[in-house]
Amino acid sequence: MSLIDPENTIPEARSPFSEAWEMFRGNTAAMIALVILCLIVLGAIFGPYLYPTDPFDMVWAPFSPPGADGFILGTDYLGRDLLAALIHGARVSIIIGLAAAAVSILIGVTVGALAGFYKGWVEELLMRITEFFQVLPTLLFSMVIVALFGASLPMITFAIGVVSWTAVARITRSEFLRIRELEYVMASRASGATNAKLMFRVILPNALPPIIVQAALMVGSAILFEAGLSFLGLTDPNVVSWGQVIGSNRQYILDASYTVTIPGLAIFITVLCISLVGDGLNDALNPKLRSR
Amino acid sequence: MALLSVKNLRIEIKTRAGVAPVIDDLSFDLDAGESLSFVGESGCGKSMTALALMGLLPEGVGSVASGSITFDGEDLTQASEARLRALRGNDISMIFQEPMTSLNPLYTVGEQIAEVLRAHQGLSRKQAWDQAVELLDAVRIPNARARAEDYPFQMSGGQRQRVMIAIALACQPKILIADEPTTALDVTVQAQIFDLLQDMRRQTGSAIILITHDMGAVAEMAERMIVMYAGRKAELGPVDTIIAHPRHPYTAGLISCVPHILSTLTSEREDLVEVPGIVPALQDFGKDLCLFASRCRHAQPKCVNQRPPEIAFGNTHQAACWRAEEL
Repeated sequence: MSLIDPENTIPEARSPFSEAWEMFRGNTAAMIALVILCLIVLGAIFGPYLYPTDPFDMVWAPFSPPGADGFILGTDYLGRDLLAALIHGARVSIIIGLAAAAVSILIGVTVGALAGFYKGWVEELLMRITEFFQVLPTLLFSMVIVALFGASLPMITFAIGVVSWTAVARITRSEFLRIRELEYVMASRASGATNAKLMFRVILPNALPPIIVQAALMVGSAILFEAGLSFLGLTDPNVVSWGQVIGSNRQYILDASYTVTIPGLAIFITVLCISLVGDGLNDALNPKLRSR
Repeated sequence: MALLSVKNLRIEIKTRAGVAPVIDDLSFDLDAGESLSFVGESGCGKSMTALALMGLLPEGVGSVASGSITFDGEDLTQASEARLRALRGNDISMIFQEPMTSLNPLYTVGEQIAEVLRAHQGLSRKQAWDQAVELLDAVRIPNARARAEDYPFQMSGGQRQRVMIAIALACQPKILIADEPTTALDVTVQAQIFDLLQDMRRQTGSAIILITHDMGAVAEMAERMIVMYAGRKAELGPVDTIIAHPRHPYTAGLISCVPHILSTLTSEREDLVEVPGIVPALQDFGKDLCLFASRCRHAQPKCVNQRPPEIAFGNTHQAACWRAEEL
């Protein structure tokens, strides 16, 4: 029989991470979406090696429907393999989605953190700038950027990121305003932490959960955005992406609807899965929704 | 020379009604290694004094209007933010009221102690961690090496307050300010925390400023005490002297609120008395009268016409009351 020291027996407490994972795992829709999303990402990474057909090669007669003549998804108006376009285009769509979300997170978090931490005139100025960007019609503004500076992938990424950071900035600011008044921030201040340390080591990590959720949703909307720009022809013509496939086939939508429907479905499923995962993250990371 | 010398300190805060002095003409000295206690009801300016010493008055709301805070020959009211930052946590550190929320939930307690050591003493990651473990051991956390890797949510309130004390004392500060360190803890743990503070004070030689409204804690912990009322110093002196013979009616009221500080359990006990009324509103703070007069049973017409001076009794004892000599 061992003696139990009351101070040494800690009730088995779970770390916030494992608690969030458990919540997430309980969300069936989010779990299914996560699995599909993983498959899509794996397909984007390894697909081009398994299916090396060049999506720009004219491999067969135009407008052969899916399944016919050995082409699983058929060919488009120039006789290019649609399956190849889908597999190779996944990379670009997902990379632009991630990179554009990263750009807008970077801008949004910086602006929101400075505004929420320093308050006063810094906040006024930054939030007025945020509002300026918020009222601009986003698609129009990014079209202007791409039209002015050229339709290269980095520029498209930048154009999407630069129009969609305002929500992140506002969320970050509100979290900073809340957290900066908490006792442990005061305690860190009292132990001599610099402003930079308070912002990025103390407050920001605690402000992350809603930002992570927003980031996940933003990847989805950035993919949609890229598809929208490509549909309008504002894309790098040498790089295949899902939106670009839809855009280039849009004149034939009545004759060969599958050429538009199939890449459209790919976008739809990907964005839906990202949204469901984001929703699951929100449930898992939001302490108010957590069952205790 | 005193380690810390506060002279005629006046702190004003902005309210909707205008500017009000939450600290009005406060002067006191603190010697190295000494233990001084601030006592008073809520809203008397105790915590404001602490924040002013740390240079942490809420921005845009409170500010030092006049007076000086001299620490080691340096006026802190004139010091730059960078200088204050270097002092905070290193020479002057502070423990807060709420141990449950004073630790960052996302870092292990070991990391949080090591962080202060790395920032102020320039220790390497490894050295700082080892010292953090030693500190946890010193504040009597059992199995310190393993517990250093615990997150705050895995600890009890008392343990978290010990961790706070370890953080505050990590750099062996010259002054430790404890702002109601045991208010949020239950009674048995309170005694342990006070014991620990006394022990650590002996080991590190830090002076302690204890802010509390608990007269029992003062009697146990402090050598000298300052009774604050409505932003003003009501009485200052050695704890024994004041408890034996309070010169200010407010001090007398506070003492009579506490059961058996004076009497043993066997002797006849006095009835507990409350101090009637409440602390005046902030906009009345600056007025030229005794702010306690409205609650004082010894009040005279003079008390509501003029602010009482600080009357000295010997070298160490002062009370700000018109009738201090009679009482």
